[in-house]
Amino acid sequence: MSFLERLRAGLRRTTDQLVGRFDRLDAGGATRVTVGQATATVSIDTLDSLEEILIEADIGVSAAMRLIEAVRDQTDDADLRSVVKRELRRLLEAATPAPVRGGRPRVVLVVGVNGTGKTTTVGRLARLLTLSGERPVICAADTFRAAAVEQLEVWATRVGADFVRARPGTDPAAVVFDAISAGKARGRDVVLVDTAGRLHTRTNLMSELDKIRRVAARAVDGAPHETLLVLDATVGQNGLAQARAFLESVGVTGIVLTKLDGTAKGGIAVAITAELGVPIRYVGVGEQLDDLVPFSAAEYVEALFEPAW
Amino acid sequence: MFASLSERLQTAFAVVRRETRLTPEAVETALREIRLALLEADVNFKVVKAFIDRVRDRAVNRAVLESLTPAQQVVAIVRDELRTLLGDGPAGLTASRQRPQVVLLLGLQGAGKTTTTVKLARWLTGQGRHPLVVSTDMRRPAAIEQLNALAHEAGIRVHDPARDTAVVARAEGAVELARSMGFDVVLIDTAGRLHIDDDLMGELEALKTAVQPSDLLYVADAMTGQDAIKSAGEFNRRLGISGVVLTKMDGDARGGAALSVASVVGVPISFVGDGERLDDLQPFHPDRLVSRMLGMGDVLSLVEKAEQVVSREDATRLERKIRGNDFTLQDMRDQLETVKRMGPLDRLAELIPGMGQMASRMSGEVDPHALVRTMAIIDSMTRRERVRYQVIDGSRRRRIARGSGTTVQDVNRLVKQFVEMRRMLKTVGAASRSRKKKGRRRRGIPTRPGMPVA
Repeated sequence: MSFLERLRAGLRRTTDQLVGRFDRLDAGGATRVTVGQATATVSIDTLDSLEEILIEADIGVSAAMRLIEAVRDQTDDADLRSVVKRELRRLLEAATPAPVRGGRPRVVLVVGVNGTGKTTTVGRLARLLTLSGERPVICAADTFRAAAVEQLEVWATRVGADFVRARPGTDPAAVVFDAISAGKARGRDVVLVDTAGRLHTRTNLMSELDKIRRVAARAVDGAPHETLLVLDATVGQNGLAQARAFLESVGVTGIVLTKLDGTAKGGIAVAITAELGVPIRYVGVGEQLDDLVPFSAAEYVEALFEPAW
Repeated sequence: MFASLSERLQTAFAVVRRETRLTPEAVETALREIRLALLEADVNFKVVKAFIDRVRDRAVNRAVLESLTPAQQVVAIVRDELRTLLGDGPAGLTASRQRPQVVLLLGLQGAGKTTTTVKLARWLTGQGRHPLVVSTDMRRPAAIEQLNALAHEAGIRVHDPARDTAVVARAEGAVELARSMGFDVVLIDTAGRLHIDDDLMGELEALKTAVQPSDLLYVADAMTGQDAIKSAGEFNRRLGISGVVLTKMDGDARGGAALSVASVVGVPISFVGDGERLDDLQPFHPDRLVSRMLGMGDVLSLVEKAEQVVSREDATRLERKIRGNDFTLQDMRDQLETVKRMGPLDRLAELIPGMGQMASRMSGEVDPHALVRTMAIIDSMTRRERVRYQVIDGSRRRRIARGSGTTVQDVNRLVKQFVEMRRMLKTVGAASRSRKKKGRRRRGIPTRPGMPVA
């Protein structure tokens, strides 16, 4: 099922609820919902209504203004909708992930503020990797939040991945080093590092991340090969400040947009891509283990203009 | 918090203040700025629209425009409307007649419900209440362990029967236990869920019916964007929210979600969570927030912060010392310790009228280690040196610098500061002595009974 279909499924859940129907088909373990109603389109005939849609999607005033400026001159052919979609796609596709170079195992840092879904994302990433034939080691470097390690361990067991844990209160960088050593010794492909949630304004916690980065770089050539910033789709303009701060201290290479199965559209990720050139890599579209899927600009842009979502 | 929103609003007001005669056009310019400031702070598009319309209606009328102080009038209208938006109600959590009082904490995933549950229990303990907490989150792996660990750290009693895996049974068990053991509040932590997840929202409805909570607190992330009104609105529609807890306010979120949620749910914000420590939960006062947003400071919160860390005895003792002109380096150290306990300096500065904008500039510049360094220098002094600063000669200064890991210049600077401070206090002390003789209170400073001179 494609990303948009999954989103539509989430959306349909709301629509069906209103109509009072809830037909469920359980296929292949994942919960799917029947498709069966035409999607009415939101009217975006005027620039004003376009502004409202963009701002309500959390794209932000300045990014919205820039988009409107970009399409203003092309609106004489009356099809404002397709012009905007094209412009958004162009913008999102312009940012591409840098190729991964360096030694093995590949080290992937997962960072973000509190409560965005980092731990869940690590579990699901491990699942995605396993499905594509890679063997991951999961590293629990969140030594701060109570029971974070236990939470991740449950995911590791479900996915069947190696798990390297920290004792609470120990130095997260040391755990990362241990996990990389374990990965090397067992010949694993990837080390997925779950870090503690931290507000980007806490300088001491941000420098702790920098230390993790340095330790990883010493352990494997080119590490961390990827640093994924996990953003909650419900986040507003603060997401941009978060991305800036994490980019500065650990160098973010991609964004994971979680909780897209709610009613929030995570438009701030568009602003981040536009402003900082960081690509969106994955999106979380549901509660199941398989509900993390690679990002598709085309589908996201379609979904952005879905009604009532 | 809210510093940048307040900065933007003041820019908007500067526009109207510049005009001696206010025209509808000038008001319009200011309104555009205000609109932008609110949108950038994540206040919901529709909420902003309604807000701006209301302010425009009231501001563009002859009585306001032709008054002697049009700018102040516009500011007053904005303040009024902000207050209306934020709603009014008692801050914190009021005791209900219910025994035990049952409180349900709800919200989306990752909003901070579990942490808030324990913080709230801590706060209630401080109010002389006896809380019991229970987790009904059977979905997120290790959610129950998280609550148990946090509660243990905070010294809060948890109800966690291994045999109960049903949400309602766990909650009911907790209420029963509370009744028999004499706990007067039960805080029920729930699993995070999407407001459009019909099954899970139904589960909450069943839970509500079973335990009949007197309070349903909606926990919301301060960094939430436009979606805030949809999720909060849906939770409210199905369950009826009685209060809102805004979490993660210690970041740089402009907190527009506070306005959106309060306006759509129509209930006040009860608490804000502003730090990672379990004590970092404060009752919320909309009035104070509005003054802070408009850059008017928040003296009441400052006084309360001081009261939290300074006991009345300490304050009286210090007052006596200042009057008697025997303020020592040891006293200075105690004072610094107190300031440190009140929280980061830039956040304190935000509370002082007129300092709001300065605070945001300070946050980068004030060296948080300066306080620690000064305390280290005093710590490296002998008892005699702390009481009689006059004995601190060159050789002693070198020793103190070595001991505290600072330089002789640092020590010199501190001693000089101290001498100046003493001179200043001497004048204050003399003034208060003469006042005392006349038996008259100075007017203009709002003193409350028991308010410390910190």
